[in-house]
Amino acid sequence: MKWDPISRLAEDVQSGKVSAQELVKKSLELIDQKSEYHAILATVKERAIKRAKDIDEKVKSGKNVGRLAGVPFIAKDNFLTYGVPTTAASHILEPFIAPYQSTAIERLEAEGAIVVAKANLDAFAHGSSTENSAFGPTLNPHDKTKVPGGSSGGSGAAVALELAPFALGTDTGGSIRLPASYCGVVGLKPTYGLVSRYGVVAMASSTDVIGPLTNSVDDAAIVLDIMSGRDKFDGTTIDREADSYTDLDISIKGKRIGVIKEYFGSGLDESVRKKIVDAIEKLKKQGAEIVDVSLPSIELALACYYIIVPAEVSSNLSRYDGQRYGLNIKDANDLFESYEKARELGFEPENKRRIMIGTYVLSSGYYDAYYRRAQTVRTKLINEFNKVFESVDFMVGPTAPTTAFKLGQNVDDPLQMYLADIMTVAANLTGIPAISVPAGKVNNMPVGIQFMAGQREDKKLLNLAKAYEDLNK
Amino acid sequence: MTKLSAADIRKLAILSRLKLTDEEVERYQNDLSAILNYVEILQKVDVSGLEPTSQVTGLSNVMRADEEIDYGTTPDKLMKNAPDTEAHQFKVKRIIE
Repeated sequence: MKWDPISRLAEDVQSGKVSAQELVKKSLELIDQKSEYHAILATVKERAIKRAKDIDEKVKSGKNVGRLAGVPFIAKDNFLTYGVPTTAASHILEPFIAPYQSTAIERLEAEGAIVVAKANLDAFAHGSSTENSAFGPTLNPHDKTKVPGGSSGGSGAAVALELAPFALGTDTGGSIRLPASYCGVVGLKPTYGLVSRYGVVAMASSTDVIGPLTNSVDDAAIVLDIMSGRDKFDGTTIDREADSYTDLDISIKGKRIGVIKEYFGSGLDESVRKKIVDAIEKLKKQGAEIVDVSLPSIELALACYYIIVPAEVSSNLSRYDGQRYGLNIKDANDLFESYEKARELGFEPENKRRIMIGTYVLSSGYYDAYYRRAQTVRTKLINEFNKVFESVDFMVGPTAPTTAFKLGQNVDDPLQMYLADIMTVAANLTGIPAISVPAGKVNNMPVGIQFMAGQREDKKLLNLAKAYEDLNK
Repeated sequence: MTKLSAADIRKLAILSRLKLTDEEVERYQNDLSAILNYVEILQKVDVSGLEPTSQVTGLSNVMRADEEIDYGTTPDKLMKNAPDTEAHQFKVKRIIE
């Protein structure tokens, strides 16, 4: 391990045992050494070093720096960040310098954390492999011929490569959990609204959430603890349900865990199945009560998702017109052509695909048949989840049906690419928290186990995740 | 089976403010048709008595006091990203002949 647990790093900086400047320098050096994986789009070097110096001076004068004193971290490049462009891995935002910073980063920095770099992603977070980045794919740290998952693939790879103690991602349909699973790290998707999205590039506003990718559940807990809670700049934020997310209780005796039957169907890779079944057996041995549960509508979740999300994408991406910020094409005859050219050159093929699907399902004559229908099936799915959560504390299944696939394998087949999200989208459509925790490897590639809990039960979920993690130590 | 025509794609492209090449039109014709056929499974679902959900945590009409808030930035900073400005306003191509 290159990094100690986050809380210990911060204690060491506060006590003067190690300096913030040393930690930042180490992170920047590792980023440089591992650049062939293309996990990072840009470093925030000058600003990070300056902040580290300030922190070290505060420590010297006996001031309390905060719970993340001097801890470097990496943000997905769809978080507005001072000191470096925020591109969302797209050409249309390539020249964009954020005039303010996201609430998530502000809150972490208020506790002494230091953003050192911006991670690669599928452009506008549209994708499951990070191959849709306008700046080229990220490679999987365990096998360079494979994808890291997406869309937070740069963040997942960065944490697996231990370029920094933690990274931030966004999860609209699995974009934190899938790369966590493929890269062998912890990825937490909190309850919808628990973390402010102010200053984060919007994708699908009814499902987008922000969360950490880390090397342990404790690290995920402290990052969530600092980021979560209401924000006056984001009207969709909710109150935190726990005073603290960090004092975790790992007793699982008598806890009821529902095994989602539909996730163990024919699409599941046999060796992944075996890993997950073994993991569930371990929990049972520790006294958890394991029951089979069925959510018939979960098989409709992906179809729902690929109507609702493109619809919201087409709306959210209409703001990128090249007039107020971003890519602007001077060579245009009129305003319409100026919009068209900026969007033609600025968006990636998958962005265009989703914008057009979204425009189609929202257009007059199709709205009821597609969008309204999908939102109604979503209600059916929510009702099924609520019903099952009346009798179990948690649900469990794989994070993804396979381990990481080959680079290039699915790029010409969007539907095949979408299937990577088949086990993650339900948590987004229903707003519940879900976490992917490493569950060993098959053929040298990591497998993730996914736990889910009811809305606003993020702490309960972290308790279980830590209990499971401890069983593997 | 839904099969979108080239004309459908061109119309969608205009609505979406996207300019497409002929190859792209053909490619998106296939891609979008395949996606629309996949989501057809929703048409057979019994949704009687159910209302659509657009907000999952039950919040509605979140209000705040009508007062000035410091958003941590200034109009000058926001204008800095603009490709073209005049008299502190965004300058765009003419829209009235």
